[in-house]
Amino acid sequence: MANNEHTITIDGTEIHFKAGQTIMDAALSAKIYIPHLCHYPGLTPSGNCRLCVVELNGKHVTACTTQAQFGQQIRNQTPELHAARMAITQMLFVEGNHICPSCEKSGNCKLQAMGYYLGMRDEHYPQFNPRREMDASHPAVLLDRSRCILCDLCVRASREVDGKNVFAIAGRGIHAHLIVNSASGKLGDSDIAVDDVAANICPVGAILIKEKGYVTPIGRRIYDQRMISEVAFDEHVPEHEEHGND
Amino acid sequence: MTDHKIKIATTSLAGCFGCHMSFLDMDEKLAILSEYIEFNRSPFTDIKHCEPSDIGLIEGGVCTAENVHVLREFRTHCRILVAVGACAITGGVPAMRNYFDLRDCLEEAYLHGAGITNPQIPNDTELPLLLDKVYPVGDVVKIDYFLPGCPPPADAFLQLLLPLLDGKAPQMTGEKLHYD
Ligand code: SF4
Ligand code: SF4
Repeated sequence: MANNEHTITIDGTEIHFKAGQTIMDAALSAKIYIPHLCHYPGLTPSGNCRLCVVELNGKHVTACTTQAQFGQQIRNQTPELHAARMAITQMLFVEGNHICPSCEKSGNCKLQAMGYYLGMRDEHYPQFNPRREMDASHPAVLLDRSRCILCDLCVRASREVDGKNVFAIAGRGIHAHLIVNSASGKLGDSDIAVDDVAANICPVGAILIKEKGYVTPIGRRIYDQRMISEVAFDEHVPEHEEHGND
Repeated sequence: MTDHKIKIATTSLAGCFGCHMSFLDMDEKLAILSEYIEFNRSPFTDIKHCEPSDIGLIEGGVCTAENVHVLREFRTHCRILVAVGACAITGGVPAMRNYFDLRDCLEEAYLHGAGITNPQIPNDTELPLLLDKVYPVGDVVKIDYFLPGCPPPADAFLQLLLPLLDGKAPQMTGEKLHYD
């Protein structure tokens, strides 16, 4: 591998990348975990959660949006990046209403799993206690915006895989919120279907499938069994022809 | 370990006592622990006020004026204060009322709820005043350690207490971390 022009180094380990791959994709293929919440292989990266920020030649870049290039020296697991990732995760917790003991997503939730991975004990920042609109208008899909981390995954999945464009993020900063593309703004009037990737990709408990609660008991769920750093290697959305319909 | 017994005080604020039950779940290890600890104010004793103690364990979030009072008393008297469980750390399930106005919660519970025969919102002076929201204990006083979980498993209490009894900072291992 040493003489190959397609290599980068992450925390001292030299890995191979394919032309056009991002640092994140190359790392995942080499089974090196770079923490992330808004990235999902197979969807266009959006670089918004900032958990995957790594140090590249002394600068900070998001691994999911930066192309891998020969000779890059990348630092991923450093105490400074760990502290930054912890702060981001704690802020995500306090910015929403994350009441894990009463949340159906508990054990299957990536935000919670990130907390476990980083060794988070508390939320550090004062609770924000937002009040955001709940949308229970669809017979099979529930949207509770109070837990949305604005990762944009449902937006991209709907557009790029389902070909529907059901979701979008509106507003800026503290006013940013998820909107539904239907005349009433309600999920029930949109063309989302229960099997859509968009209905199933939410990393937290903001989009839930109704009438499935507790099919798998707590204790036997995904992140009760495995760390997020292992599960991440198995994730992929099927290849799609075109990106976007807008 | 020290030659004198370590004093521990515990209380439940806006909590369900699940964390206290989990503490008791240590079963026979409690017998070993009792050689090194004694309880001050706690549901396990009948002491009314927290006296100077080495460790204070707080279960539950802060939802009434009385909770604030008790929490501050614990902070004054406990050298090391530990937030135990999801409610103390984040507000937990009781904090679900933060989605709504306090007035709406009271009216739903005491005026409009199903099966109410004599609708009235309680206002006895004996009753502690409800706060506008349920707060994590860390929003009210400084907390030294956090023991997450709903409730934290019995072994997590041991993992926290054993080093503290030895005067060392506790290190919690990943598998003892639970938020659910
Ligand atoms: S969405 Fe995840 S982090 Fe938020 S309350 Fe549910 S389980 Fe907890
Ligand atoms: S609803 Fe879920 S998938 Fe969509 S932006 Fe919010 S957190 Fe992400």
